[in-house]
Amino acid sequence: MTLIKKRLAASIAMAAATAVVATTAQAEISDDEVRIGYLADMSGTYRDLAGPGGLTALEMAVADFGGSVNGAPIVVFSADDRNSADVGANTVREWIDQRNVDMVAGLVASSVTIAVTKVLAENDRLGLVSGSAASSVTNEHCTPNHIHWVYDTYPLANGTAKAVVEQGGDTWFLLTADYAFGHALEADVTRVVEANGGEIVGGVRHPFPTSDFSSYILQAQGSGAKIVGLANAGADTVNAITTASQFGITQSGQQLAGLLIFLNDVHALGLEATQNLLLTTGWYWDMDEQSWEWAQRYFDEVGRMPTMVQAGIYSSTMHYLKAVEAAGTDEAQAVREQMASEPINDFFARNGRIREDGRMVHDMYLAQVKTPEASTGEWDLYEILSTIPAEEAYRPLSESQCSLVQN
Amino acid sequence: MPASTLLKAPTAVAQRQRRANLRRNAFYIALIGVGLVAPFIAYPVFLMKILCFALFACAFNLLLGYAGLLSFGHAAFLATGGYATGYLLASYPGLTPELGILAGTLMATLLGVLFGVLSIRRQGIYFAMVTLALAQLMFFVFIQAPFTGGEDGLHGVPRGELFGVISLRSNLAMYYFVFVIFLLGYALIQRTVHSPFGQVLKAIRENEPRAISLGYNVDAYKLVAFVISAGLAGLAGSTKTVVFQLASLTDAHWHMSGEVILMTLLGGVGTLLGPLMGAGLVVSLQHLLAQSPLGNWVSVILGAIFVVCVLSFRSGIIGELGAIYRKNFK
Repeated sequence: MTLIKKRLAASIAMAAATAVVATTAQAEISDDEVRIGYLADMSGTYRDLAGPGGLTALEMAVADFGGSVNGAPIVVFSADDRNSADVGANTVREWIDQRNVDMVAGLVASSVTIAVTKVLAENDRLGLVSGSAASSVTNEHCTPNHIHWVYDTYPLANGTAKAVVEQGGDTWFLLTADYAFGHALEADVTRVVEANGGEIVGGVRHPFPTSDFSSYILQAQGSGAKIVGLANAGADTVNAITTASQFGITQSGQQLAGLLIFLNDVHALGLEATQNLLLTTGWYWDMDEQSWEWAQRYFDEVGRMPTMVQAGIYSSTMHYLKAVEAAGTDEAQAVREQMASEPINDFFARNGRIREDGRMVHDMYLAQVKTPEASTGEWDLYEILSTIPAEEAYRPLSESQCSLVQN
Repeated sequence: MPASTLLKAPTAVAQRQRRANLRRNAFYIALIGVGLVAPFIAYPVFLMKILCFALFACAFNLLLGYAGLLSFGHAAFLATGGYATGYLLASYPGLTPELGILAGTLMATLLGVLFGVLSIRRQGIYFAMVTLALAQLMFFVFIQAPFTGGEDGLHGVPRGELFGVISLRSNLAMYYFVFVIFLLGYALIQRTVHSPFGQVLKAIRENEPRAISLGYNVDAYKLVAFVISAGLAGLAGSTKTVVFQLASLTDAHWHMSGEVILMTLLGGVGTLLGPLMGAGLVVSLQHLLAQSPLGNWVSVILGAIFVVCVLSFRSGIIGELGAIYRKNFK
């Protein structure tokens, strides 16, 4: 028992000492280090979307910034969340308790993100969410401690569905993943299609996850709709597109509209299966000179072209480090305020700004997957059709359920 | 020799038994001692995770190791306990954590009765498949039911105050609470295994037709074992929810049912300490590997370790250690 008492006394003394240090160094950089934790799926479904490539992007941002802020070195560590909310939340809790982490980047699966942001808010640390799709991250689950950077389902549904209807695709058949995420996406798409004069002629909900889409695709073919909308994600979308390609959906005059699809998905599926697919993206590596330059540097490091999430990780980290430098502290609320006060215009974001609900709104793009004939290289996959202005793309604050927004 | 002296005289067998008991008790006391000082050495939340999974694996082992029933649906009980506790604690702020955990455990126990009645009529692979199917049904319920938050999970569960007095916000207080729960669960399993009831379970495992011919109501014994196991799995899930302050679909997924089999087999099926060892090993490896440069290889490395273990020591780590101990020190 004496051992326990000694240990206890020692830890109390330590805690007291830390508290003293913390109060004296409030307006400075804690521990004289800016500590960034990168949490993402490093080995599962979302590996190619963010994963190790995202870590490289983050390290590039740190290196480009010079490796230190106001003389305090920047320290980066990373962990695999294995797409599990409790692994993610547990890891971040440990980072806070054991390593006094200042900012957590990455954050892909929505369940992990929501769990982690609760822990961050409880301990007043900052989270920069780059990978999550759910618009609820800055709606009902918003906190003053995280910023959602790259995209969410609202502009995806909004951008793609509106553009498709305007191009004459006014009858839709929806293939929906049968869980909350799919239902939300389905509702968003239905609203946008109907508001623009289109019509939902049918739909089917498939269990999550599904590997055999043949019966659903046959129903979609039989519906006579011009557009088959895919209100699902990840492996489900990939499987649906593969099956649709095997059944010759596009050859028989129907068109697919992917609502949540990334560069790495298109790359993996190949242009033969995905050609002419319409999608909304937050960024594309070949959309202009600036993007192209950064993407080339990334390609030299990783050997793959970056997704919008990986580019967003670089962009958000850079903006964070600049804000820490300007604020002269890594204290979460001061940095958050500083970040929100500066507009964001870099290779990734145009007309970007951080709203009070934590949503970083920026221009989004409507893209179409190229045909194999039109593509000039392995990664030459999209053609940008039009720009969706920042203020139109995202959910307006007047519809927000976030507690930080005065409605 | 009068009968009374015969009774009093300690026979060699009784003496050996007493020495064995003494050794066992000393061993357990040492283990409890380790458990008491552990949070000052390692990170408490990490230890709590090990304890929750160890309890889960112990509950699973009661069924596989002592009744010979391989359930492939134990994740359903873990998740039911977790979601029930999480929902109650998050929606009724006045509820204390121990009542929440109790309610979650009760829910899992009731589900155990339902699943048990349906599944114990079958054996072997059919039993495993029936439990898997039932657990998948529960997975569907958890993904669809509005109160679980679907794939986003159930968040913001307060740790609250134990008995309305002791705040569990500090990791240390929480750890000792979890430690006590684990000890109670473990003691219940230890007691069950060494009771006449446990003896009958082992008999059923070894030779079911013979147990029937001896007049035992085999189905009733199996059902009780199933329900105890389900209830303890629910207790593990409920406790885990309070520790992490969230319940998610990971717990309900069939991967979780597979993970508990992995833990039990690694540590040693049919040994009391095996699941504790297995859970400790699997959770530590996941934890260490996830933060190391080998992070991308967690699943591969765990799989390789599992293959090596199954091929080289089939009775698991504790099983092999026990065999060495019995061979050399008894």
